[in-house]
Amino acid sequence: MTTPRFVTWEPSIAQTIIDEFKAKPGALLPLLHAIQDRFSYIPEDAVALIAGALKLSRAEVHGVISFYHHFRTKQPGRHIVEICRAEACQSVGARGLEAYAKSALGVQYHQTTADNNITLEPVYCLGNCSCGPSVRVGNEVYAEVDSRRFDELVNSLKTERVEIL
Amino acid sequence: MTYCIHVPSDTTAKALGADRVARLVEFFAEEHKLDMKVSRNSTRGLYWIEPLVEVDTEEGRYGFGPVKEGDIESLFTAEFWKGNVDHPLALGLVEEIPYLKRQERFTFSRLGITDPLSLEDYKANDGFKGLENAIRLSSQQIVDAVKESGLRGRGGAAFPTGIKWQTVLNVESPKNQKYIVCNADEGDSGTFADRLVMECDPFMLIEGMVIAGLAVGATQGYIYCRSEYPLSIENLNQAIKTAYENSFLGANILGSNNHFDLEVRMGAGAYICGEETSLLESLEGKRGLVRAKPPLPAIVGLFGQPTVVNNVLSLAAIPFIMDKGAKAYADVGVGRSRGTLPFQLTGNVKFGGLVELAFGPTLNELMYDFGGGTRSGRPLRAVQVGGPLGAYLHESQWDTSLGYEEFAQKEAVLGHGGVVMFDNTVDMSEQARFSMEFCVAESCGKCTPCRIGSTRGVEVIDRIRSGENVDGNLNLLADLCETMVDGSLCAMGGMTPFPVQSAMKYFREDFVKSTVSTANTEEL
Repeated sequence: MTTPRFVTWEPSIAQTIIDEFKAKPGALLPLLHAIQDRFSYIPEDAVALIAGALKLSRAEVHGVISFYHHFRTKQPGRHIVEICRAEACQSVGARGLEAYAKSALGVQYHQTTADNNITLEPVYCLGNCSCGPSVRVGNEVYAEVDSRRFDELVNSLKTERVEIL
Repeated sequence: MTYCIHVPSDTTAKALGADRVARLVEFFAEEHKLDMKVSRNSTRGLYWIEPLVEVDTEEGRYGFGPVKEGDIESLFTAEFWKGNVDHPLALGLVEEIPYLKRQERFTFSRLGITDPLSLEDYKANDGFKGLENAIRLSSQQIVDAVKESGLRGRGGAAFPTGIKWQTVLNVESPKNQKYIVCNADEGDSGTFADRLVMECDPFMLIEGMVIAGLAVGATQGYIYCRSEYPLSIENLNQAIKTAYENSFLGANILGSNNHFDLEVRMGAGAYICGEETSLLESLEGKRGLVRAKPPLPAIVGLFGQPTVVNNVLSLAAIPFIMDKGAKAYADVGVGRSRGTLPFQLTGNVKFGGLVELAFGPTLNELMYDFGGGTRSGRPLRAVQVGGPLGAYLHESQWDTSLGYEEFAQKEAVLGHGGVVMFDNTVDMSEQARFSMEFCVAESCGKCTPCRIGSTRGVEVIDRIRSGENVDGNLNLLADLCETMVDGSLCAMGGMTPFPVQSAMKYFREDFVKSTVSTANTEEL
């Protein structure tokens, strides 16, 4: 499992990203993705820089960030665990899994565990609909997740796994 | 001799452990000092036997599945690389598995056979033949072929693709720029066919888009793909790079002086961006608010220019049509639903996966003959077809033929061909509540019936579920649904009532019981 490597907020890094993207038609979305991919969230300070470069108001940039579920304005935990809430997963027990995950982690959706290890998020469909309930951690999807598999998954996120093979 | 072992590499196969299986096969091959190559092919889409490990033999590919990590040792003991051996997971010749053999794979003919990123594999299996034919035709001739094929869009409206293309071909662009936009925002629960196209056969989508460009005179294409599909984006980007390097994209495509550029753009987790005008707003870098129509995107689309917006499955059907001929496509199907639809059997299903069939069989045939009933073994009770905005179908409707008009007659939609099965433990008032709740989370907020109506819908259903003035509140909910259907700007608000109305009509008993647990209905 690859853990994304995020860097601490640094305006010069953000500016380099902005310069790379600003000339693209419809640059804002790819730019916001690139910023979040680098810093793990979109810091408030980035908004002014982006607005200036794209000749938008800060309110317009904020309006776009807040519209999309994917974008975050606060730093998440080390791992983001997403549970599919869509119908195909519901039909095979996703509601029970959601309730279990919330109680096992002691958080609600959009919250981070006290040890800052896991941020729990809902997701509406991972395209794994024949083999639900589905959970995603980073870019990895897990199929047929019940409470036991969820515990195994969470345990594996608490420790750095050493791949023997 | 080198033994070739195929282990699928799509998201679902990986989610079921395919990567680890592939690594273990390599490890054991080394231990046994075997000359063995593990190729990561695409999936057949037979998810109930994934990970499906296939071996090349003289008679064809032999399959073993579902292969779990613990099975590898016994597979090697049985010398599985010889194909026809005695092992509990042996499935025989893969092409002879009835689930696969009974399908009509027009669009997904390469699924599970080729390496998704191998241009050689693609070309060896009829890839780019459609483009080679299209290049010799005029724009009007290509559009005529698409019209003749009867191909229709896979969105709720099922609009004829050829007519859309004709509109874009006819209209003049003020800036001499037209666009092809692929709507790869497959957000419907119960669907994964787009993901399979992009992850498993990305060159097919590229080919379809280049042909669309030739047909309408567009030189720039965008694939707007949802952020939940990172592997799709990765594979598309690699395939696009290869296509550029081999003159299938860029200037002077195949030496024809035609030009087409293509770029993938990632969405950001907004279901509404699957609506074509929201998608265009999002591509322009804005909030994904729906636009009022008219003007149609075909006339005023991306950046104000004439734009073809098609779903992945529509564009993916184009190479077949241009290669095998419009008639070959139009010859199968039922009524005005021509060609094939890749149905996706999902949810509480025993044998889930992709089933590409000509339009026409009944829903029952799909769910029982292919799906084998429910995974839980309990009786099937409700089926949602066409995504979260599609109606729930009751047993009395399951003999409906799979066709657009046939479903419309039953107040249902076929949409993207997603079939989500539920057993008799489902609480349909809870499902109706979820439909409204989903709309609260995903409405773009531009029009009142959708934005406010969905919130009020959740509240009314909560009152019904807690037994408060049930008859009065059911009437109120019926009224609210009607307002949303008639007053919403787009399909999000306009179709959200479909699952709710169908649940009220066919599963009314779930609404009128008075004591219902609300334990799982807390806020998002």
